[in-house]
Amino acid sequence: MEELNALMQGFAVVLTPLNIGLMFVGIILGVLIGVLPGLGGANGVAILLPLTFSMSPTSAIVMLSCIYWGALFGGAITSILFNIPGEPWSVATTFDGYPLAQKGKAGQALTAAFTSSFVGAFVAVLMITFLAPLVAKFALKFGAPEFFAVYLLTFCSFVGMGKGSPFKILIAMAFGFALAAVGMDTVTGQLRLTFGQTELMRGFDFLIAVIGLFGIGEILLSMEEGLEFSGKSARINPKVVWETWKELPKYWATSVRSSLVGIWMGITPGGATPASFMSYGLAKKFSRSGSKFGTGEVEGVIAPETAAHAAGTSALLPMLALGIPGSPTAAVLLGGLLIWGLQPGPLLFVEQKDFVWGLIASMYLGNLVGLIVVLTTVPLFASILRIPFSIIAPVIIVICAIGAYTVHGAMLDIWFMLGFGVIGYVFKKLDYPLAPLVLALVLGDKAEDSFRQAMLVSQGDLGIMWANPLVGSITSLALIMLCWPLISKVLAMLRAPKVDEFAAQRPVD
Amino acid sequence: MTDKHPSEAAGSPVLARNCSVDTVVAAILFVFGAVVVFEARRLGAGWTSDGPGAGYFPFYIGLIICISALGVAWQARSAKTRDEGAFVDREQMGRVLSVLLPALIYVFAIWILGIYVASALYIALFMIILGKYPPIKSVVLAIIVNAVFFMMFEVWFKVPLYKGLLEPLSFLGY
Repeated sequence: MEELNALMQGFAVVLTPLNIGLMFVGIILGVLIGVLPGLGGANGVAILLPLTFSMSPTSAIVMLSCIYWGALFGGAITSILFNIPGEPWSVATTFDGYPLAQKGKAGQALTAAFTSSFVGAFVAVLMITFLAPLVAKFALKFGAPEFFAVYLLTFCSFVGMGKGSPFKILIAMAFGFALAAVGMDTVTGQLRLTFGQTELMRGFDFLIAVIGLFGIGEILLSMEEGLEFSGKSARINPKVVWETWKELPKYWATSVRSSLVGIWMGITPGGATPASFMSYGLAKKFSRSGSKFGTGEVEGVIAPETAAHAAGTSALLPMLALGIPGSPTAAVLLGGLLIWGLQPGPLLFVEQKDFVWGLIASMYLGNLVGLIVVLTTVPLFASILRIPFSIIAPVIIVICAIGAYTVHGAMLDIWFMLGFGVIGYVFKKLDYPLAPLVLALVLGDKAEDSFRQAMLVSQGDLGIMWANPLVGSITSLALIMLCWPLISKVLAMLRAPKVDEFAAQRPVD
Repeated sequence: MTDKHPSEAAGSPVLARNCSVDTVVAAILFVFGAVVVFEARRLGAGWTSDGPGAGYFPFYIGLIICISALGVAWQARSAKTRDEGAFVDREQMGRVLSVLLPALIYVFAIWILGIYVASALYIALFMIILGKYPPIKSVVLAIIVNAVFFMMFEVWFKVPLYKGLLEPLSFLGY
């Protein structure tokens, strides 16, 4: 099959000593980032992005995607040992992970978490290997109206599937679009929303926004709880690993189900967090020991971790094939691709085969390397969290400031970062979702461009959005999603509502 | 997010409730949206011969912000949906400000003194004042961390960082 051939070529591109070295560095940095508060996946990738400008795009994306894996793994460490979810999608892991650690079975929980992450991500990468070229070929039929329809669907599904007030979701998105509009207009060259300030000509860079919102904002948020981190200690020795591995095949049904849930939800934006909750809920319903979930059941760790990693990985599929990121971190990676001059989308598979298949090959390897690194170094990372917060917090803020500066070499960006930090803190507290904001900031210009091009072709006729079955179905689906909160309210009045028992604990991200 | 925070139970006075902060933020966002709408109208929010004008998209974006802000404010005020939970109490605000205010001063210091010197001062002072560490230890650690950053960025990555208006490190020749 030609995909396997391309994949083998990708492996050849990736297996150079430099790239393998970068993989290890990336994973270690990624786990570190995932473990420390304020340096989550999206933020960490954003800070390290400018440092990769001097590398070749393939090496750079390999390192950045390994940082992404590392952060995925790292979130589980803090969830299980400290009951602090490192990422929004690790919240579900705390339900059974922390009780297991409290019972002294931290090593078992961690091994289970890491291995199921590996399995989930592996299945997702397999899916990407075979599906991505198909999606790319399909996407070659897309014109400007089709692309705008897909962007519309992306944003409308945030409103439709999001938790919390739809007004707040709309504001978050529109705010992101407004920020994206600042600066020079790509079509007419006019300056928009700059109010005569030459510094604003550049517009707001999504990297600065991400570092501020997810970095500074999260530190301010964690500060509320005080400066203490006390957690359970963990020793992973080979015996514990072996014992756990022997147990895991028992739960193969859970793994398969969770992977599928993860893959499906990962492809749609904002997927990893709902995926982990959905698969936890499903596992609880279908498992023989479902009633014991929450007291420390290994299955309760396997389900969310598999789903979250499958989702996090499959979020890269629409990013590569269509240019639509499925999560804030994928959005940052997308931004990176644009900076390197690569156009994600169907043409990427045709014009940059080495890059794409090198990246996919590195996903397999990065996943494996990640599992090995993480199993061997858990005590090290856990002990880093015991460094007193009063030393770590300023260092993290310094790193964020440096990260913000290296994007454009502009002092003003550091001020913006601080401003975004306050915005992130307030928004998170008031349950304004940040993911649509970041996506709107990254995609704003492109979405607007495709809209204007579509309008140009149709000479102002909105009907072009229903011109052929493909566009029409996507647009209609988008509008249904947009009105879903209203529709579901009507449906709920007609029949008894289903109780979402995790609704209170699910974070708005 | 938890509604009942341990410090609230212990009696730390609530500084603001979610519903009031919601209203204020909604008002600010409404103003922001209005600004966007006005700017969009100035740019031309209608159709030109080339299709939508530069202000077309921002006009509707601003409109969405304004309408949604009204929606949020309505939800925050109506008795059914208002969130009476505490936004922040005094203890939490104190902790947050203890990080935010030094960070503000730090960014100002970066502007004057450049990243390395400002960072060294920031880390050292943070450790001494908030962490209650002995001054010598803090200063040494701060200098070591920043020396590492300096080597990493200036020498190894060759990415020059901001040296500040006064350029206190110009004697190093970078």
